[in-house]
Amino acid sequence: MRLQRFATEVLVIGAGPAGLAAGYTAVRSGRHAILVDENPAPGGQIWRGEWTTPRSSEAALWFDKVRRAPLTILTGIRVIAEVAERTLLGEDQQTAYEFRYKTLILATGARERFLPFPGWTLPNVMGAGGLQALVKMGFPIRGKRVVVAGTGPLLLAVAAYLRAHGARVLMIAEQAPLSRLLWLGRGLWRFPTKAWQALILRGRLFDVPYRSSCWPLSANGDGRLQSVTLQCGSRTREIPCDYLACGFHLVPNVELALLLRCEVREGCVRVNEFQETSRANIFCAGEPTGIGGVDLALVEGQIAGYAAAGRPEAARALFPQRDRWRRFASRLNRTFALRPELKKLPDAQTIVCRCEDVPRGRLEEYRSWREAKLHTRCGMGPCQGRICGPAVEFLFGWTMESIRPPIFPARVESLIASPEQGESVWR
Amino acid sequence: MSPRAYDVIIVGAGIVGAACAAECAKEGMRVAVVESSCVGGGATAAGMGHIVVMDDSDAQFALTRYSQCLWDQLADDLPPECEFRRYGTIWIATDEEELDHLRRKEQFYRERHVPVEFLDERALAEAEPNLREGLRGGLLVPNDSVVYPPCAARFLLERARDRGAVIFVGRPVARLDEQGVTLRDGSFLPAGAIINATGTWAPELMPGLAIKKRKGHLAITDRYPGFVRHQLVEVGYLKSAHAHEASSIAFNIQPRPTGQLLIGSSRQYDVESSDVSHAVLARMLARACAYLPRLAELSIIRTWTGFRAATPDNLPLIGPLPGHEHLYLATGHEGLGITTSLGTAKLLIAHLLKRPPAIPPEPYLPSRMESLTCVKSSL
Ligand SMILES: Cc1cc2nc3c(=O)[nH]c(=O)nc-3n(C[C@H](O)[C@H](O)[C@H](O)COP(=O)(O)OP(=O)(O)OC[C@H]3O[C@@H](n4cnc5c(N)ncnc54)[C@H](O)[C@@H]3O)c2cc1C
Ligand SMILES: Cc1cc2nc3c(=O)[nH]c(=O)nc-3n(C[C@H](O)[C@H](O)[C@H](O)COP(=O)(O)OP(=O)(O)OC[C@H]3O[C@@H](n4cnc5c(N)ncnc54)[C@H](O)[C@@H]3O)c2cc1C
Repeated sequence: MRLQRFATEVLVIGAGPAGLAAGYTAVRSGRHAILVDENPAPGGQIWRGEWTTPRSSEAALWFDKVRRAPLTILTGIRVIAEVAERTLLGEDQQTAYEFRYKTLILATGARERFLPFPGWTLPNVMGAGGLQALVKMGFPIRGKRVVVAGTGPLLLAVAAYLRAHGARVLMIAEQAPLSRLLWLGRGLWRFPTKAWQALILRGRLFDVPYRSSCWPLSANGDGRLQSVTLQCGSRTREIPCDYLACGFHLVPNVELALLLRCEVREGCVRVNEFQETSRANIFCAGEPTGIGGVDLALVEGQIAGYAAAGRPEAARALFPQRDRWRRFASRLNRTFALRPELKKLPDAQTIVCRCEDVPRGRLEEYRSWREAKLHTRCGMGPCQGRICGPAVEFLFGWTMESIRPPIFPARVESLIASPEQGESVWR
Repeated sequence: MSPRAYDVIIVGAGIVGAACAAECAKEGMRVAVVESSCVGGGATAAGMGHIVVMDDSDAQFALTRYSQCLWDQLADDLPPECEFRRYGTIWIATDEEELDHLRRKEQFYRERHVPVEFLDERALAEAEPNLREGLRGGLLVPNDSVVYPPCAARFLLERARDRGAVIFVGRPVARLDEQGVTLRDGSFLPAGAIINATGTWAPELMPGLAIKKRKGHLAITDRYPGFVRHQLVEVGYLKSAHAHEASSIAFNIQPRPTGQLLIGSSRQYDVESSDVSHAVLARMLARACAYLPRLAELSIIRTWTGFRAATPDNLPLIGPLPGHEHLYLATGHEGLGITTSLGTAKLLIAHLLKRPPAIPPEPYLPSRMESLTCVKSSL
């Protein structure tokens, strides 16, 4: 097994907007920095697949800046474990990597939240962002009938994207009530880029029905999706379709932060005004500190970059900008808060944990995540609760207690490639 | 029968407490089980669940063999989630010295009528094609089995409950004395007899007890059905299990009915933190790869640790606490508590009902330990 070692002043994990901004700012402040991301190219979720062909001016701007900065970007490498003090372990298909750092910036982003409902495990029922990512990689969607359902601004982005690639988007079903959406809309003028983005999306989607207070009750079909039944206000309706793209807003990726024993509260990494976590020299920026969107991710990334490079005054200058986007984020998160009715979506037979085929009915009798896990295997599969964890938290109010290395499934040979195998760590 | 609310209170709902509860309830006793967290959430949640007959001492053999037979009798009643399988164990020798050891082991089992089969180099390779070439031989013990411990504990407790046992979970015991147990919430449960089955926590209720925590690491892979077919253990395992130095590693791998592989094992004294140590994990996995080279390509999906309750002579503490009429111990099972839980319960019920036990109880009596006198004075 090959092991490659790197040592740097500032190590950034995640090359989405937050990580790019952090890494860029750190090198521009004279630090040596390395940026690591598991995706094949930088860009994170929002700018995925755009490294060579940016689709927005913001992406183009940042990619250009980063390209011209002396920043080392290592892609296709997943960070999986901590092997020693200030040393992380990563792997790709062939090689294991060891990263030593003085300062660490976590910019690990967010993932979609899925909620179980009858039929959600049928083929062709997909995550909204997941389907978008597939189409970005060339998955044929032209002419297909798609219903987009769930909650959050991502639904609009995904619907617009799919439509631009030839999909027939039949409806966007948003569980949030109209009153909330209007309240969000009234605040938009204060956030110019956002308002602009919303207008563009609306322009591209003007003939797609966008229904508020509307959510999927079941996905129907015999072995394959044929239709979706929606609750729309007080009525139910069934829509025949080829794909159901579902997502219930986002959940922060806090696994790495937890592994490194950073304090996490209510699912978000706690940071001080300089984006520093409860552990000295470990910073965090972007979605892991709370879902806030690309603009907040960019400012937080810059603040973390400045702070990590020992330039607190430069960081401070960005606080007002961050405050503004945080206000927007909290408006967003309140708008798209999950309504309690969604807890009743899964029936006793509905699978909650897909890795281990655990239906809701088997979880009912337990009092904690750990107890349920031990006795039903819920969350014990390869995804280690990444998918069912947030659903279980919403349905039962249980939070996952422990995170163990590796944070992603990892090859045995990577885990033993560490040169730290010696006796020294035994005490 | 005593006039108290319960004939017996069992503190701790790990596999040992659960087995004791099932046994006591079966005998018609009024049973309560008090558990501070959740059923099978202690060492029972961490253990490998290998049900194995051991040869390191006659006493260890007697208890493991007796218990293994009890598991066999129980097998048909175990629900599917207990994942009971008679995979058998293969003890593996890598060199001449270990081969001698293997031969002695074979003889030991044969003399005691435990079915075994010697596998030469070729037979071993046929039985387990993923083992590396050049191993010297193996000893197959076909009746050894595996179980999923937390569900087994739950099953035993449900048996007890069906026979009237009362089970309190999420209720830590703060103190126990000859009259009963006092919970942390202040309530008092009176009982005729109290069994301390709290594993590594036992000294908290009986200070001075000679129990040390011995940390172990485990790793589990994704699903690779058929990669190994038996529990494979290096014959030098006992060297590791009995080594009293700070830490040791031994090759020990188990196929799970899910197709996953459970990889052990490490032993460390004097470590309090339950964190996974990368250094230990790496050593343990490297050792497994030395036997199964292709393991290197497989994926690990999770690792964890657990604590074994170790005693100075490697034998459990089963029976009355010296100097006390109503207090009993069922702990100190180190790395064999899943196996020996059923035998432990039988021995305890024999003590409680003053009946002759099926195997000699003396080697496990708490009174064999001098250090227990300090427990007496502190209670
Ligand atoms: C599926 C999905 C689709 C989205 N689509 C849109 C959209 O179309 N429009 C929009 O406005 N917003 C979208 N968003 C929201 C968008 O993610 C955020 O607003 C923005 O990208 C946040 O930037 P970030 O840098 O915090 O995180 P991200 O962009 O998520 O970047 C995090 C990066 O860290 C990497 N990473 C995480 N853990 C590790 C690890 N252990 N090792 C190595 N690398 C790691 C990830 O691969 C990722 O590249 C989407 C979000 C998701 C989850
Ligand atoms: C890594 C590892 C691998 C192992 N592999 C095997 C194997 O392959 N085969 C085998 O036979 N054995 C194995 N073992 C050993 C086995 O797991 C233990 O011997 C067995 O689980 C002990 O069970 P127990 O019921 O005594 O203890 P536990 O399962 O620890 O149960 C004790 C219970 O008492 C409760 N408790 C503690 N304090 C209080 C209190 N004050 N009030 C109320 N309740 C309390 C705890 O919450 C806990 O649930 C292994 C152990 C480890 C660590």
